[in-house]
Amino acid sequence: MTDLAFDAGQPAQGSIATFLGKAFVAVISLAMLYVAWIVYMVGQPMFGVIVLLVAIGFFCVYGFRRFYFARFIYPGIATMALFVIFPILFTIYLGFTNYGSFNLLTFERAKEVILSRTIVDKDNAMPFALTPDGDAYRVYLEDGNTGFLSAPFTLDGTAQQVTAKPAPAPQIILDRRAAIKLRKELAEISVTLPDGNVMSSIGLREFAGVQPEFVEQPDGTLLNIATGEILTPDHGIGFYVLDTKEQVSPGWRTNIGWKNFDKIFNSDGIRAPMFSIFIWTFVFAVGSVVLTFGIGLLLAVILQWEHLRFKTTYRILLILPYAVPAFISILVFRGLFNQNFGEINMILEALFGARPSWNTDGQLARTMILIVNTWLGYPYMMLLAMGFLQSVPQDQKKAALIEGAGPVRVFFKITLPQIIPPFLPLLLASFAFNFNNIVLVLLLTRGGPDIPGTIIPAGETDILGSFTYRIAFLDSGTQFGLSGAITLLIFILVSVMAYANFVAMRRAAQR
Amino acid sequence: MVVENKRSLLIKKVLAHGFMLCFLCLILFPFLVVISISFREGNFTVGELIPSNPTLEHWYLAFGWDYVRDDGTVVSPPYPVLTWMWNSVKVALIAACGVLAVSCISAYAFSRIKFWGRAALLDSLFIVQMFPTTLALIALYAVFDTLGDISPAFGIDSHWSLVVVYLSGVMMHIWTIKGYFDSIDPSLDKAASIDGASPWQTFRHVFLPLAMPIMSVVFVLVFIGVINDYPLASILLRSQDNLTLAVGSRLYLNEFKYLWGDFAAAAILSGVPITVVFLVAQKYLVSGLSDGAVKG
Repeated sequence: MTDLAFDAGQPAQGSIATFLGKAFVAVISLAMLYVAWIVYMVGQPMFGVIVLLVAIGFFCVYGFRRFYFARFIYPGIATMALFVIFPILFTIYLGFTNYGSFNLLTFERAKEVILSRTIVDKDNAMPFALTPDGDAYRVYLEDGNTGFLSAPFTLDGTAQQVTAKPAPAPQIILDRRAAIKLRKELAEISVTLPDGNVMSSIGLREFAGVQPEFVEQPDGTLLNIATGEILTPDHGIGFYVLDTKEQVSPGWRTNIGWKNFDKIFNSDGIRAPMFSIFIWTFVFAVGSVVLTFGIGLLLAVILQWEHLRFKTTYRILLILPYAVPAFISILVFRGLFNQNFGEINMILEALFGARPSWNTDGQLARTMILIVNTWLGYPYMMLLAMGFLQSVPQDQKKAALIEGAGPVRVFFKITLPQIIPPFLPLLLASFAFNFNNIVLVLLLTRGGPDIPGTIIPAGETDILGSFTYRIAFLDSGTQFGLSGAITLLIFILVSVMAYANFVAMRRAAQR
Repeated sequence: MVVENKRSLLIKKVLAHGFMLCFLCLILFPFLVVISISFREGNFTVGELIPSNPTLEHWYLAFGWDYVRDDGTVVSPPYPVLTWMWNSVKVALIAACGVLAVSCISAYAFSRIKFWGRAALLDSLFIVQMFPTTLALIALYAVFDTLGDISPAFGIDSHWSLVVVYLSGVMMHIWTIKGYFDSIDPSLDKAASIDGASPWQTFRHVFLPLAMPIMSVVFVLVFIGVINDYPLASILLRSQDNLTLAVGSRLYLNEFKYLWGDFAAAAILSGVPITVVFLVAQKYLVSGLSDGAVKG
């Protein structure tokens, strides 16, 4: 049927349009190839290959009629592959590396940084003066009574090498203030003296010989010229090390195998908090689902009661917590629950004389986070429950009532069993959502209060997701590697949930 | 109808309304308190829920105006709330348009064009969709940090980077729209193809006009989703003027600079428009969602 449509559709399109289309595809493909090349050239071969693949895919899909159907889904699939699947896998890969604030660079860049370190030879420092020569300048280095005058150069901010010859002091000299204005450009100039010394500006007044601190030796080690120390690259830890095993920054990104996992499972300062966070993540997710479902269902049942008036008003007011942007209401609760200045403690003190320490007591902080999440989540459950309740046949309920069953019994024996099966996939989805509900944790408590005696900051209210976020981006020095390792654990758990949800959804669809 | 005793019915009604009213008081308490705080003097609780000297100071600051107190001191706004709002709205609008275009086209193909591997692809989409962005944050940061060396437009602290990542959240919406397309009578597109329309033309002239309701649902969903996003925006945005509302608002309740009153006014100012959009759309949102989900 679709083939027929192609053939019939062809003649309607002019050849100019077809040509323009092809030209467009070609231009975009070439542009993407160019980007791939640039990415490759800046030292990111992996990203380069990915862009290349996207470009080839684009060209094939839009260049050939054979892949006509794929034109519709290529954009969606490509963005998903690029920004969901690839990043997740890449994050997990990073879990096997030492990537972090101490090991940010590639090996080549780290070596360059160390090799570019210089030492200044103060002994041969000479005061300098700048003299104009047409549009260009010369630099005059004063050495006692004699001096050296350099060849002319233009000060355009690029690095330049000029030679200098002995000469008398020039007549016209730029005054100090004008010379200082040019210091940024001047820093790029190095002057070679007749004896072979290379001089660079080392301040506002002087030029001096500048030497590299390290030289690379044939075996890959770096020799410190002044002290004779030798730096050996250690690819196992991603640092150059001295003979004394001392590490020299900066380090580089390297594969360290299972070390991050070893740290998680075998180091006491991490294992214990990890375990408690793991348990709390489950408790939090289950607790949130049970509470929101329970309250949502109860409200839905009351709202369905035929004798109740003002239903619409109640309904609108009840879903307000769902309608207000979550980040705003979470922050509002953060303020209300503040144990020193919060309104909740003010009221509790006035009524009961109690000031619960929501921010410093682990159990209370967890209670608070569950209260807030219930407040945020019950309207969604209520809306869903109202929909499902309507599909329960009325006559069964009536029959049961006539038989003498109480309304409570009718609810648990007839209504509930009928709405649970369609509800199940949605409850699973809600569980999976709360399992990774890091917005709530990050905005409400940032994981705090901290568990005492841990190596990396871990909080009583941290869930696995917020824990990885904190390790990677907040207080403990951006340990992307360790964070990636925990991400793998979450990934496995989420995979199980995703599969369970998929099966449940399938069953619900078949019903 | 089961006959009920009039008196017991009345008692039940009173109980039901009583419960509802108590529950509503509890639920709406935060909103009422925030409104009162936004008119209260100062940034700390001073032991009163209803302000005795109402002031518009926090509101002036939220709108970005200087406020002159009675004693002549001038207070300047602590944060550019309106700029943040604009950033959020801008990013959300662009992302919503993009997601809508991509997911509509894909959903049409998944619903109407038969091709090899369609069912498997749909299933994998469904599964991948359940993996939260949380898992990808570190890699996304690393990727955009690198891309920033090539072009700042796609580096850290650029709205375009954010939009591009939001575009990848199309999977759930493909499912929703596909559910809607599946419910469109197949005789319509058969008729179109007999008249000589290519699949693209069928999509453009038959399906797109019919899909307006579901498209508005998806648009609002993406819009609200983007406005509410915190984790991604918080790692990709840096400078204060570039922040979105969700990331910026958090600065108000910093341990060292606690601006409770200013926050209250800013929260109402920025929260009300989004809430209104949601309430207007919610009737369609809920029905659209359940349609899409059930018919998957």
